[in-house]
Amino acid sequence: MTGQSGSQRRSTRARLTLSQREAVYAYLFLLVPLVFFATIRFWPAIQSFRLSLFTWHVDPARRVFIGAQYYQEMLTNPVFHRALTNTLLYALITVPASIALGLLIAILLQAITTGRGWYRAIYFAPYITPAVAIAWVWGWMYNVNFGIFNRLILSWWDFVEGIGAPWLAIDPQRFLRDPELALPAVAVVIIWQQLGFQVVIFLAGLQGIPRVYYEAARIDGANPWQLFRHVTIPLLNPVLVFAVVITTINALQLFDQIVNINFTDQGGPLNRTLSIALYMYQEAFGRARLGYAAAVTVVLFVLILAITLIQLRLTQRRVEY
Amino acid sequence: MLPEGRRLRQDLDASVRPVRVRRRLNGWTLLAYALLSAGAVLMVFPFVWMLLSSFKDAREVLSPAIVPSRFTLASYIEVLTRTAFPRWFLNSLIVAVLNTASVLFFCALVGYVLARMRFPGKNLIFIAILSTLMVPTEMLVIPWFVMSAQFGWVDTYWGLLFPGLIPGFGVFLMRQFFLTLPRDLFDAGRIDGVSEFGLFIRIGLPLVGPGLAALGIFAFIGNWNAFLWPLIVAQSAHMRTVPVGIALFSGEAGSAWHLIMATSSMAIIPVLIVFIIFQRQIIEGVVLTGVKG
Repeated sequence: MTGQSGSQRRSTRARLTLSQREAVYAYLFLLVPLVFFATIRFWPAIQSFRLSLFTWHVDPARRVFIGAQYYQEMLTNPVFHRALTNTLLYALITVPASIALGLLIAILLQAITTGRGWYRAIYFAPYITPAVAIAWVWGWMYNVNFGIFNRLILSWWDFVEGIGAPWLAIDPQRFLRDPELALPAVAVVIIWQQLGFQVVIFLAGLQGIPRVYYEAARIDGANPWQLFRHVTIPLLNPVLVFAVVITTINALQLFDQIVNINFTDQGGPLNRTLSIALYMYQEAFGRARLGYAAAVTVVLFVLILAITLIQLRLTQRRVEY
Repeated sequence: MLPEGRRLRQDLDASVRPVRVRRRLNGWTLLAYALLSAGAVLMVFPFVWMLLSSFKDAREVLSPAIVPSRFTLASYIEVLTRTAFPRWFLNSLIVAVLNTASVLFFCALVGYVLARMRFPGKNLIFIAILSTLMVPTEMLVIPWFVMSAQFGWVDTYWGLLFPGLIPGFGVFLMRQFFLTLPRDLFDAGRIDGVSEFGLFIRIGLPLVGPGLAALGIFAFIGNWNAFLWPLIVAQSAHMRTVPVGIALFSGEAGSAWHLIMATSSMAIIPVLIVFIIFQRQIIEGVVLTGVKG
């Protein structure tokens, strides 16, 4: 490095104030991430809106503008209606059930001291295991002819016949092959897998509530239910809202489990387990209707946006005691 | 009212003599243990049943036997020789490791810049990144696929990797962590002549260890379990990840449930082992991001 270029550099550096220099470095550090977010996150999201307004063709020049035609098709398409209804049902079943069970288990865990960590780990384990493999395991357990559930039902049958009480017998079920039972059966798997998440965050939330609040309420003569209703629930409110939003968004995006639990009849029987995400996948990559599938994802986006906005309103509201 | 006063007396007594409280709670504690144990059995049972089924042979897996009469590893050997499972495992490992490295570096860097550097347009950039959290993956996979087809990324590692390089969630998480560090720390470093990048690497990063640990674990598990995008972009058998591989193999296996349970075990057991080792860090990470994040 010659003395001349060194002094030149010093003079350019001197021309930048300290805050300008910091801003230059900030943008330098952000360069790669900003390019990433622009091309891999923003542009594709906008592209989905655009694709939903055109018929699909590999060559962009041959895509025909059709306006809101795909959205109109969704209004009348019975399979889309089925997928939307199922997806909302998944949310309506799994969210309250996993929140209630998660809260119950967290409260029970708080009541014990020895082994709390181990119980917590056991409940949490399914949450991080791959949903694809989990779905195959449950699909096997639900198997009509050889599954463990129907075997247990038959053993129970033998048992109650043996003790002379056959009216207690239950019939074997078709589970995933039964249009009425299939969706609840899948919902059980989702609850089983997500429960641990709620348990962990509820337990942490409960441990964050200062003991003195309970003691003060108890001195005022509050019974256990009142303690739960007027101390635990309000102070746990932010965690509850967070859990509701996360599980609702997860339910709206269900895909891995639905595909794998009934692999030979994905979304079946009679589309009764079909979710919006699977419907999108089938339309896009099974029938090459990428424009229509893009329109379906726009609807999914609007649903998730609405839930996020409701969450923002709920968390900004003051807690009621 | 009499009961009111008596209850107060009892509570005072209880606080003075804790032994009596413990004895009074004993029944409830037993009930809690009983309920928790029953629940734990239900949580563990599918894993146990999966393992038991995987150790049976083709005939016994369809019989009413609960425990295999003869434990056999034949299903595992058959799956390992009939499929490209080792390759899928390697693919999953490559994608998860590279993505986790990228997530840790870039999310920390962007989080640091947004939390502790001063520059015009900061809020706009933060809100823009935050807004990407509301866009579901489902909405992005179609344009990603169109893009990948155009640039020849289909069926490549880059194709599997690129969507997960910098998740907005990670940026948000790391920003929260850097916000807890005092600004003076970095200003002092600046006065001492530490470079801007040095401030991030040498002063900032070592102080956000718990955040990095949580983020790294989530990035790894998330990538390891990912299904939708790898299913779309991996088209040949040797580019599949573990979830895609086992889904497509199981789909062809028909009623060979001993083989299907062996593949499921091979996908689940490594995750469970990692979980048992890092149990505390993983659960603390969930708490960190779930409750405080």
